[in-house]
Amino acid sequence: MTNIPLEHVLIFASILFVIGFIGVIVRKNTLFMLMSLEVMLNAVGVAFIGAGSAWQQPDGQVMFILILTLAAAEVAVGLALLIQMHRQFQSLNIDKLNKMRG
Amino acid sequence: MMTENVYSFFESPILALLPFYPLASFLLLIIFAKRLSWSQASILSIGAMSLSALSSAVMVYQLQYKELQVISVHLWSWFSVGEAKVNFAFYLDALSSVMILVVSGVGLLIHIYAAAYMKSDENFSRFMAYMNLFIVAMLILVLGDNLVLLYLGWEGVGLCSFLLIGFWYQEKANVLAAKKAFIVTRIGDTAMAIGLFMLFNSLGELNIVEVTKAAQSSWQVGNDNAYWIALLLLGGAVGKSAQLPLQTWLPDAMAGPTPVSALIHAATMVTAGVYLIARMNGLFLFAPEVMQYVAWIGAITLLLAGIAALVQTDIKRVLAYSTMSQIGYMMLALGAGAWSAGVFHLMTHAFFKALLFLTAGSVILALHHQQNLFKMGGLLKKNPVEAGLFFVGLICLLALPGTSGFFSKEAIIAKLWSSPTAGAGLWWCAIIGALLTSIYSCRLFFLAFLGQERERNDNKHSDHGQDDKASMMRFSLIVLAVLSLFGGIISLDLSSVFVNNQSLIEHTTEPSWLHPLAIATPFIGIAFSWFYFKNYRENNGEPIAEKQTALIQFCRNGLGFDVVYQFLLVKPYCWLAKINRLDFIDQLIMLNAWYVSLWHDVLSAMQNGKLRWYAAALGLGVICFVGVIALGDTGLGGKN
Repeated sequence: MTNIPLEHVLIFASILFVIGFIGVIVRKNTLFMLMSLEVMLNAVGVAFIGAGSAWQQPDGQVMFILILTLAAAEVAVGLALLIQMHRQFQSLNIDKLNKMRG
Repeated sequence: MMTENVYSFFESPILALLPFYPLASFLLLIIFAKRLSWSQASILSIGAMSLSALSSAVMVYQLQYKELQVISVHLWSWFSVGEAKVNFAFYLDALSSVMILVVSGVGLLIHIYAAAYMKSDENFSRFMAYMNLFIVAMLILVLGDNLVLLYLGWEGVGLCSFLLIGFWYQEKANVLAAKKAFIVTRIGDTAMAIGLFMLFNSLGELNIVEVTKAAQSSWQVGNDNAYWIALLLLGGAVGKSAQLPLQTWLPDAMAGPTPVSALIHAATMVTAGVYLIARMNGLFLFAPEVMQYVAWIGAITLLLAGIAALVQTDIKRVLAYSTMSQIGYMMLALGAGAWSAGVFHLMTHAFFKALLFLTAGSVILALHHQQNLFKMGGLLKKNPVEAGLFFVGLICLLALPGTSGFFSKEAIIAKLWSSPTAGAGLWWCAIIGALLTSIYSCRLFFLAFLGQERERNDNKHSDHGQDDKASMMRFSLIVLAVLSLFGGIISLDLSSVFVNNQSLIEHTTEPSWLHPLAIATPFIGIAFSWFYFKNYRENNGEPIAEKQTALIQFCRNGLGFDVVYQFLLVKPYCWLAKINRLDFIDQLIMLNAWYVSLWHDVLSAMQNGKLRWYAAALGLGVICFVGVIALGDTGLGGKN
């Protein structure tokens, strides 16, 4: 197995993270924002895996599994909220859902 | 040493409750106001006053009978500052017993008169309430055992004076007069407050007895502190007692109802300044220069006021200037160290000046609010009782032998010549003042009561069904007349109050013509007026042409003080207020508010409810944060 240098992994993770972040900022549709958020989480996961393999430690993989479960739970709650939102407002446009100005 | 008798409330409830009867009556009258009928309101207020007067009489009797020098009652402690305790405590000695007798006794008579005088006024309850409140404040002023309590009463009487001068506030002139009285006396009050601060600062005491003791043990005559404190206290006294240079408010204060003029602006409140100086005599003795100032202020005021009184056309203004001049005599006495004579004159003056004012009130009422002397005349035939009573008041004011004014005024004049802080110059001032007094009194009497009626004042629609009213008024007038005539035989023994200071007794030889001249002076004035004012006396109903020369106009306006103050003080002040309308200093302070509100605008623009903006700001923040850490770590942030 050829070793992938840590730098490459981190650069890849950063690119993925920035793509996800730009997605969160740019998209108006809440569903896509949620998906971009998942991309960001996965970018972090990749960074952990890369770091874990670089230092030959299991902690990286442990953290990845933790993030995976967290993401699953988050998506479950997020999607449930999205369904409710769509039922209530017939729209998923985040800019229009600012009644509470919070 | 003084025999101190400090009682608690239960040991001497009569003294303790003395000022609280009118207070209770004041509260009831203010709360129920117009729901009370005339008889209810007058019974309430006069009843409260009677209780106070009765208590005063009992207390003074106790003081005499038990041969105590001091009765003092401690109610509760008010507050304490450092070592000094300020108690709500009353202190009754010979001086304050004179004062409470005058305040509650003359006050009661004036209340009875006022109840009749103000019967038809729709705000009768409010009037009596203010009168009662005034008595409360005045009693606290004279009974307070410390200067803070005295100051409480001092401000209280000022407030009541303001309220009562402006009682008929629907007319602008009255409101302006009230405002003027309040502001002018406030200048004196401020000086007095500063004096009290300095006193506390240098002696650490505010209790009157303790202050006197501390002054004796730690000061020498001519002490700088004593000089300034006495001067500032004199400032307070000058404001309250309408002496030069703060005298301008008193003639205008005549805008108030006549019983108010009698009670506040003749008999009691204006003598508070005299009381203050007499009370603090132990302190003034350490500042002989200030005592000279007191004497000179009194002398100049009595001359100026006498001259101004010569040409007034309003009967009440003549009496107002006369009050100023008589208080000038009291000040002169205090300045000369003739404390007892000054206080004695205070008492007799309260009797006869209240009588004069109230009789003038009756006359004014009978003439349907005609106050102009030149439109009166012939009242001797029309209102013989009032004329007689007024005559009694005037002979006391003139100090004709046998009347009360004679005993008190001669006592003052007799002390002047040989007093080290007074002297021959002031004696001559007092004599000329007495001459002026007799001339303006004769002019007043001739114009108002002799001759023929000059302007028809229809009496048809009055004096019907007013008999009880007239008899109530006459009752007070007659009692006051008796007091004025025979008040001179009351002997005041104030030796326990006033420190006998040897430095004030100086033996100079007095010329033998001194006393005869002093006694003859009023007669000279009367004889002069008898010929000089012949046309007033023998007027046959023709209108008298008032002379309108510039000099007379100048004197009539109080010798130009108002004009000078208008230009020196009022105008510049108003000008300053006008140019500073935007409030320059406020703008500096508002800069803070502007800065805060700027940031509020910036931050509230960020709080726009748009989630994507929040996310962007979050990301930007993290980038900056990470950037700072990363650059710091690698040494690119400037640190090696």
